[in-house]
Amino acid sequence: MTALVAQLDPSFFRDRSESDCIRENGAFCLDWALDNLDRYVTPTLEHLVLVVVSVALGFALAFAMALLSHRRRWLVPPFLGLTGVLYTIPSLAFFFLLLPITGRGADTAIIALTAYNLQIIYRNVMAGLANVPAAATDAGRGMGMTERQLTWRVELPLALPEIIAGVRIATVSTVAIATLAVFAGGGGLGSELIAGSNITFRTGVAIAGGIAIAMAIAFDLLLVLLQRRLVPWRLAAERRSREGARFASLVRRVRGAVP
Amino acid sequence: MPAATDRGEASEATALPVSYRAATKVYPGASRPAVDELTLDVNAGEICVLVGPSGCGKTTAMRLVNRMVELTSGDVLVGGRSVRERDPAELRREIGYVIQQTGLFPHRTIAENIATVPRLLGWDRERIEARVDELIELIRLDPEMRDRYPAQLSGGQQQRVGVARALAANPGVLLMDEPFGAVDPINRERLQNELLRLQAEVRKTILFVTHDIDEAIKMGDRVAVLRTGGRLAQYATPAELLMEPADGFVEDFVGADRALKRLALLRVGDLDLWEAPLAYVGQPTAEVRAKLAGAEVPHALLVDSERRPLGWLSESDLRQELVPRVPDSSPEPLIDVSDILRDALSDLLQAESRYAPVVDGQGRIAGVLSVDVISDFLGSGEARTDEHGAVDRAPGASGA
Repeated sequence: MTALVAQLDPSFFRDRSESDCIRENGAFCLDWALDNLDRYVTPTLEHLVLVVVSVALGFALAFAMALLSHRRRWLVPPFLGLTGVLYTIPSLAFFFLLLPITGRGADTAIIALTAYNLQIIYRNVMAGLANVPAAATDAGRGMGMTERQLTWRVELPLALPEIIAGVRIATVSTVAIATLAVFAGGGGLGSELIAGSNITFRTGVAIAGGIAIAMAIAFDLLLVLLQRRLVPWRLAAERRSREGARFASLVRRVRGAVP
Repeated sequence: MPAATDRGEASEATALPVSYRAATKVYPGASRPAVDELTLDVNAGEICVLVGPSGCGKTTAMRLVNRMVELTSGDVLVGGRSVRERDPAELRREIGYVIQQTGLFPHRTIAENIATVPRLLGWDRERIEARVDELIELIRLDPEMRDRYPAQLSGGQQQRVGVARALAANPGVLLMDEPFGAVDPINRERLQNELLRLQAEVRKTILFVTHDIDEAIKMGDRVAVLRTGGRLAQYATPAELLMEPADGFVEDFVGADRALKRLALLRVGDLDLWEAPLAYVGQPTAEVRAKLAGAEVPHALLVDSERRPLGWLSESDLRQELVPRVPDSSPEPLIDVSDILRDALSDLLQAESRYAPVVDGQGRIAGVLSVDVISDFLGSGEARTDEHGAVDRAPGASGA
């Protein structure tokens, strides 16, 4: 173990104390962590930008594709195929494929990350639109809504839970995959995970990984809150069905009590 | 033509006639038409029920009117104008639309749902708010429900909101596709009565689709019986349909109990009801006993100061000095003068009770119904209604 740490560039450590913990590459060296927190600020911000930009771009593209193919069903198979193929490309391979075209940098990373989000978000928007009750669209059309009004006033609002669910999955997985952006020269928390081209520095891995996990959880919570705000009717429906279930179990119990 | 009159007043709207002219619909890939050369006229302000077995094209026929289904040949005229030359969205905003699964928007509040068409028509905010309030009152929904979501309402309430939403912009025609098909029998009867009450107020032209012949007879001013393949078998008033079915198919469809079904053409208010001796709380029982002596109904009915029935008095109640309060004796089943005879008889039999108090629109006692009253009436020959118009279509207005 000690041998491995010895391979690290000594300048990597600002902690010159040569504490036992660092020298022995302990699981987590709190002193070092507290001393070196500032070195994680820039990678964290870079990571945030990577995630936000690629999810936003992915959402915009996937949403546009969904709108386009919603009333042109023949577009669905090619769109699903295209986004599906993109989704299957291993991320490292994707970066290296892009390098000759877009060069090293955050752009390359963002292109790849955006491509991954397309499939997740497109599928969820389409699933949301497909799950809109037929009665609601029939009623909307029957009352004289144009197709556009139907889409924006009825179908999309009703698909919102699935759409947001898609964005949640996309965001959380992007937080994870973005740690590989460093191989495309995109920076982010990955640069600290593989600090000094050596992924064996356990405290570094723990901190960078911890920040990524916290970021994923924070994004997820934020989106859950957003969903609560945007979809109040869903809550009302759930509350009612819960009450219904409670009433039913009460009835069962009362019935059970009567021989 | 503007869809609505200036104010949101329901009574100001004009009902439009609907005419089918050899209307035919063949779905792509189908060998036989779903609707075949249908020709029939629906008078303005009448309820026309389209009834028939499944696959008879009744829903398709209804949806031709608002172009939810496009004609293959022939024509449909709404207010004298061919639907073919109308913009579908514009046409639909002038035609109320109610479907079985209510089709309420789950993400919109009751008020927003009702306001759908007025919003599409670009009414201003105040006018929409006023109209929504008016309609919530019209369907007798608790105003507290205004800002609830559809999922928080019962099935019956949702269906009433669906009707209110269809009426919102004062359409000249209302299309209703099995509107009460998914509601339990008790609520269905209530909703049917409510729609008839509403119709007496708003007088729309209504095309009502159902597969239930009893519902057709109860609801329709005229009934169009369709047979498989979308051909019209008979178009007649309910009474005609029951008296003179056009052919074997109609006879079968109407059912062997045609005579019994005629009870649906009569309302409780049409009968000579019996009178029960009335008693008030605190009245000397001697008075009540005196009234009981020569009464048609051998029981005294306790009523409140507004003459609303509270319950029947028993022998022991009358043995006391003064008429007591008897809170646990129920006057059920309570029957409304505007109930159709079939439903009233069913209530009576179900409650296994000999007498049922009949109340008017305000809940005040109007008489007493018994099986004997009904059989007297049927035996007297008066029951033979050769004209459906003899039945008062405005429940609540009669016998009050």
